[in-house]
Amino acid sequence: MSEPLVQLEDVHKRFGRLVVLNGVNLSIPAGQSVVIIGASGSGKSVLLKHIVGLLKPDSGKVFYQGQRIDQLGEKQLVPIRNQFGFLFQMGALFDSLSVAENVAFPLVEHSDKSTEQIRQIVEHKLKMVGLAGTGKKMPGELSGGQKKRVALARAIAQNPRVILYDEPTTGLDPIRSDVINELILKLQREMNATSIVVTHDMNSAFKVADRIVMLHEGKLVFDGTVEQVRSSEDPTVRHFVLGEASAEEMEALT
Amino acid sequence: MTVRSRGVYIVPKRHWAYDPAMPIRLIEQVGRSTTGSLAAFGDFWRFVAQTFLWMIAGGLKWRNLRLLFPQMYEVGVKSVPVIAITGAFIGMVMAVETYSQFKSIGQQNRLGSIINVSVVKQIGPVLAAVMLAGRVGGALTAELGTMNVTEQLDALRVMGADPIRYLVVPRFVACVLLTPILTIYSDVLGILGGWLIAVKSYGVPNAPYWQYSAVGVGLWSMFEGIAKSAFFGGAIGLISCYKGFTCGSGASGVGRACTESFVASFIAIIIFNFFFAQLMKDWYISLYGLRSVFG
Repeated sequence: MSEPLVQLEDVHKRFGRLVVLNGVNLSIPAGQSVVIIGASGSGKSVLLKHIVGLLKPDSGKVFYQGQRIDQLGEKQLVPIRNQFGFLFQMGALFDSLSVAENVAFPLVEHSDKSTEQIRQIVEHKLKMVGLAGTGKKMPGELSGGQKKRVALARAIAQNPRVILYDEPTTGLDPIRSDVINELILKLQREMNATSIVVTHDMNSAFKVADRIVMLHEGKLVFDGTVEQVRSSEDPTVRHFVLGEASAEEMEALT
Repeated sequence: MTVRSRGVYIVPKRHWAYDPAMPIRLIEQVGRSTTGSLAAFGDFWRFVAQTFLWMIAGGLKWRNLRLLFPQMYEVGVKSVPVIAITGAFIGMVMAVETYSQFKSIGQQNRLGSIINVSVVKQIGPVLAAVMLAGRVGGALTAELGTMNVTEQLDALRVMGADPIRYLVVPRFVACVLLTPILTIYSDVLGILGGWLIAVKSYGVPNAPYWQYSAVGVGLWSMFEGIAKSAFFGGAIGLISCYKGFTCGSGASGVGRACTESFVASFIAIIIFNFFFAQLMKDWYISLYGLRSVFG
């Protein structure tokens, strides 16, 4: 088996007294589309932020292409982060910059391309997400779905090897959610990028995943294909996939 | 705890019993809050050091300089009206408060020296800085705090742009450069305001008013007022940005950070002003000896 592109080894993370990650082990080979599912507050976004060095583990190791990255400083992380695209939950577009300036941001910061070349790349990326011609708009003028698509265009501006999606469909109606799912698949096809998607939207998970892992109480409790998730007998997985509250959760309501 | 029963508040009886673990818990609590405060203090100075390192490393590069001009507009141009009003009314109120006292001892001709030295050396720079802590500091904390809670700071880091270089350095430099300029503007209006009330309203003769002003306000006084305003600006910039970067989650987190930012900036200005005044006074006396404003 080839060397994993992204690897987490026994990662532990706590915030104060709250244990969020409790010994997570995960290997992701290049080209795979992995969906991380789990209840709200189960640490999915925290896990995603460890992969790109936004958070450091209390113990454990994080590797990218075999290089340990959890001990690197911010400057040393820059060339590694340039190989990642990150779609944040709320888009995280810069309010003071136009759509085109947002998408151009990583190119202006890191490439020596001319203004004209950057303009062409921005237009191309906006066209890829179905928002050609919106470059002059400000983020405040866009709908929630449009913001996510612009954020996605910004995430892919540098043709990343790995795209991280943090709750890409949260807050969107079913049709807009499906547009985002189709976009994720399209980018996988066209850019051959490795995708790591964090979501609790099972429709989205089933549509975009090659592999699904489930995070529960700080640990990975399931790792398998879409078919294996559907046929899983594990009560934690079944409750989550079917969207049913467990007996303990129901008891807490009474 | 109070329990409401048929419109009557009943206070349940408390059973006070000695808890052997209580002193330990108290010590633990004091220890935790002390450690927390020291950690936050250390974190702030690390933030300050990073800001200076980025300034030295890339201060003159065009990609960094281009970020400075919009901030200069935000900090400088947009503060002009509020600084003008503050400055003018400081001078006016100084004249109102001092005129009757000086007149009672027949020294109203000397009003210019006391009004203008107060405006230029102390009240002008301090109140201008306090106004800027409210207007500029509040805006900076709110802006950066909102960027923090909406993950825009993380987005910058993911795209390889250090948030301190991209956001803090231009705001800090704009505050340091423009607070002295705004203070000069405030001083000029304060001097005019004082003159307007003393000379035009109370009838103090114009020529002695300015002659005594020249005696009271030397180059040293002007230098002192302007020099400390640069430090005030630096404190406002650093504290406001730090509070924005470390604010809690949600709208309440941003709101609390804005309040803390203003209070911390205000305290820093007042304390720094005292030590700076002491230092400059000692320095002046060691160089030139005591100079009386009464000629």
